[in-house]
Amino acid sequence: MIAPFLESCKKAVRERCVRHIRQLQSVFGAFIVNLLEEETTVEATQATPVKYDMEVVRWFTIAAAIYAVVGTLIGVYIASELAWPFLNFDMEWITFGRLRPLHTNAVIFAFGGCALMATGFYMVQRTGSTKLWSNGLAWFTFWGWNLIIVSAVVTLPLGMTSGKEYAELEWPIDILIAVVWLSFGLNHIMTVAIRKTSHIYVSNWFTMGMIVMITYLHVVNSMAIPVSLTNSFSVFTGVQDAMVQWWWGHNAVGFYLTGGFLGIMYYFVPKQAGRPVFSYRLSVLHFWALTFGYVWLGAHHLQYTALPDWTGSLGAAVSLAMIIPSWGGAMNGMMTLSGAWDKLRTDYILRFLVVALAFYAMSTFEGPVMSIKSVNALSHYTDWTVGHVHSGALGWMAMVAYGAMYHMVKKLWGVEKMYSEGLVNVHFWLATIGTVVYVVAMWVSGIMQGLMWRDYDEYGTLTYTFVESVSAMHPYYAMRAIGGMIFNLGTWIALFNIVMTVRQASALRSSGAVPAKA
Amino acid sequence: MSDHDKIYSTKFQDKIERSTVLMFVMTAIAVAIGGIVEIVPLFYLPNTAMSGGDGTFNGTAHKDKDGNVISMDKIVWNPATSAHKTLDEWQPGDGVRPYKPLELAGRNVYIREGCFLCHSQMIRPFRDEKDRYGHYSIAEESMYDHTYQWGSKRTGPDLARVGGKYSDEWHLRHLSYPREVVPESVMPNYFWLSQKSVNVEETVQTMKVLTIMPFNPIPKTIYTDAYIDGAAAQLEGKTDMEALIAYLQSMGNHIKFEEGVNYRD
Repeated sequence: MIAPFLESCKKAVRERCVRHIRQLQSVFGAFIVNLLEEETTVEATQATPVKYDMEVVRWFTIAAAIYAVVGTLIGVYIASELAWPFLNFDMEWITFGRLRPLHTNAVIFAFGGCALMATGFYMVQRTGSTKLWSNGLAWFTFWGWNLIIVSAVVTLPLGMTSGKEYAELEWPIDILIAVVWLSFGLNHIMTVAIRKTSHIYVSNWFTMGMIVMITYLHVVNSMAIPVSLTNSFSVFTGVQDAMVQWWWGHNAVGFYLTGGFLGIMYYFVPKQAGRPVFSYRLSVLHFWALTFGYVWLGAHHLQYTALPDWTGSLGAAVSLAMIIPSWGGAMNGMMTLSGAWDKLRTDYILRFLVVALAFYAMSTFEGPVMSIKSVNALSHYTDWTVGHVHSGALGWMAMVAYGAMYHMVKKLWGVEKMYSEGLVNVHFWLATIGTVVYVVAMWVSGIMQGLMWRDYDEYGTLTYTFVESVSAMHPYYAMRAIGGMIFNLGTWIALFNIVMTVRQASALRSSGAVPAKA
Repeated sequence: MSDHDKIYSTKFQDKIERSTVLMFVMTAIAVAIGGIVEIVPLFYLPNTAMSGGDGTFNGTAHKDKDGNVISMDKIVWNPATSAHKTLDEWQPGDGVRPYKPLELAGRNVYIREGCFLCHSQMIRPFRDEKDRYGHYSIAEESMYDHTYQWGSKRTGPDLARVGGKYSDEWHLRHLSYPREVVPESVMPNYFWLSQKSVNVEETVQTMKVLTIMPFNPIPKTIYTDAYIDGAAAQLEGKTDMEALIAYLQSMGNHIKFEEGVNYRD
């Protein structure tokens, strides 16, 4: 008796809502129509295949391949500057202090950003069986993002920096970033809203989490008062600025380089392996635990600093807890290959994805260990941190991005194979070996630095002067530069391979021939 | 029941997964909590150097070894209670003070050149750091540092207490050609800073902006209008090199630390 009554109430409310929304629609136009779709869409089985908006995805993919080359090349150069300081060449624009922000911005925001936006737009359309909410807005995002990258390339070597690690760009560019980021976010979320499928796919949860969190972080961390067009100062000082900075710093890692790329993992690993995700429930746990928990970790960057003690301890405690969802997620990706492990012998793209997951598991274990106070006392301020970042950035983020990019290139240009599958394999090994060389060099140098700084001789005085620790680092800095070079060589090969694949595909298309089986 | 209607997790999770709005809202809430819990208290708790602008610091009270409360005026320079009333009269040990114009210009150079990428300004409370760098850093010492410069990496040594450690002449030679003084150094040569004039206009503007900051602004009793007006004269004809050296020499000697006092929590 009650149930049908409630049902009819619900229906009445819903109809009324729809009516209100339609009224609003006439005011706000197209924006609302998509919200409405969300409510009224019935399960649609697609009779005709959807025509996706993939041109912008193609451009983002190519851009990512180019920026990977540039970003890691700058990395190799500044690594070499630390090993052989004459490479600064007494030119202010290429000193380590000015190029280092350019390197981090190029790999994180240019390479990582383009890879995230390419895959984000790709996945949200495919998992929702729908075109983009607005193709025009996606192009705005593409050109806007590239404009930001160009401005970074110009301003950072000129010394225009806000002085905040990983957020160095000055306030006019920060405003542009906010606008372009929101254009990406709006388009993504609205495309989720107009999906033709009943549920939102897990990859899109992660992308959505990234969009929201990066917006919070960027807005709060970039709050500054300008003194000129090219200079500004943070509204926060000391303790508060440090906490806000590492809340930003660690969550740029957590939501952009981890969350965003986990979205990639959850789509491309199953696709490439031809298997469904191992456990749906695990992915639910993975998502919510990560989304809620990762936010707390920033404080572990500030152990033993002037912050109140509880902050770092809290950050470390949650960091340790995060091993569980992180490894759950890594296992979820790995186990997706159950019954398909043999594919690793022949499928080089899958190799990228699996090794990426191995690095993800490794880094998400290493990170919590480094957040423990007694370990952090040794590791903080040393190259160990740099090594940790790179096992994540090269081993996890770049590897999973390349796995996804190779997969997408074939789909986007309608080819069955890359120009050279052999070169994919060569790239895979260069990337893996380069990363391992880099990370090992930094482990050794980092732990050595930490131990040298705290070493006492039998008279109770410090054994080493600081500069002795600097000169002891030289072999490892050289080794690190070589590891980076190996990795960088791989990115050139990838770019070549992708460009040749595209050229081959367009040649075939213009000649009107059906893609031949190689 | 079609496959789409089957619930594989919980009812609530299923509901979230079907609704863009709900997914967005839940995510937006979930990611906000950690940051709020860790950041907001730092604006209110003791020992966070958040000043009311009137010499009070969120209930911060340090005690000496006899249990007597140390006045915050001994830690943060307060021209109202100090024997030294102006920035020019200020002496090391009078307590934390804002930067003088030339030091501020030097700090701008420090940020511009990315010094913080290789040098930290935060000494941790360890025996080796005390021996190498000096007393551990406390929150108040960076309370005027809009855009903090604690850094996260020591490719070079910590600089929190570098002030007064070396002569101006040493700094000039070392900054110009580091390997002439320290052969193993990997620091770039910065001799060209001697060829650049200080940006007077921007430095004066910086002083004005620092007095209107929403958190820990520099009191107008220190950066008085007259003082800001006189800044340009102090900066005229100075180079970026002189400014940077002035900044380095200003670091770390503000507070006279006493034995047996716990300056942190």
